[in-house]
Amino acid sequence: MASGVKPRVKVPKKAAAGDAITIKTLISHKMESGQRKGKDGNIIPRSIINRFTCDFNGQNVIDVTLEPAISTNPYVEFEATVPEAGEFKFTWYDDDGDVYETAKKIAIG
Amino acid sequence: MEFTRRETLAMGAGAALMTVLPLRASASASDDLIAEFTGGADMADTGLELTAPEIAENGNTVPIAVSAPGATAIMVLATGNPTPPVGTFNFGPLAASQSASTRIRLAGTQDVVAVAKMADGSFARASKTVKVTIGGCGG
Repeated sequence: MASGVKPRVKVPKKAAAGDAITIKTLISHKMESGQRKGKDGNIIPRSIINRFTCDFNGQNVIDVTLEPAISTNPYVEFEATVPEAGEFKFTWYDDDGDVYETAKKIAIG
Repeated sequence: MEFTRRETLAMGAGAALMTVLPLRASASASDDLIAEFTGGADMADTGLELTAPEIAENGNTVPIAVSAPGATAIMVLATGNPTPPVGTFNFGPLAASQSASTRIRLAGTQDVVAVAKMADGSFARASKTVKVTIGGCGG
């Protein structure tokens, strides 16, 4: 497990039904590219988050494949439609098999 | 050991080829990736917008944004990186707009290429040259 992984997500607390909202996500992760060399001259093995998904009440919003060329602390911003009140579920998949999850509720109003 | 004029010329040509090859290899790798993504289909020049800075001071975090109304997936490539793929955005039914932004690493001054797959099966392509002052791949 990569240490210090902390997902952060910004979702408005409420929106009108059918509205488009902007979601900003960031997860603290070193995203080791597998290109860098350590002090001993050996290549530091790749360790990145390779996939990020966002779902709303079970329906997919975005599914992103991440490669080593994504910066440290991967940041993704996108827009989602809110048809009803519910919960956004965010999932990050690490190279080492770890899955980081977070969820945000949104109300209609 | 003596070299004839012919041998010397051949060696020079070989050396020149060696210096050009790595660049070629990387460019063709991205071409291959694009071909794999599109299945060799033609790409339109419009319909996809790629936003990237003209000059990036730090290649470690270059903000980019892609937007292609009606797209189902957008692939981003950094043609000059040791590994060209940057990421692929797949949009689901609840995506309000087919746009996303993120931050990427660029090894040096190069073209960033985005290819969008539209819902009707066509493809669009956009590219932008980004000047990088400090490369972002360590080493």
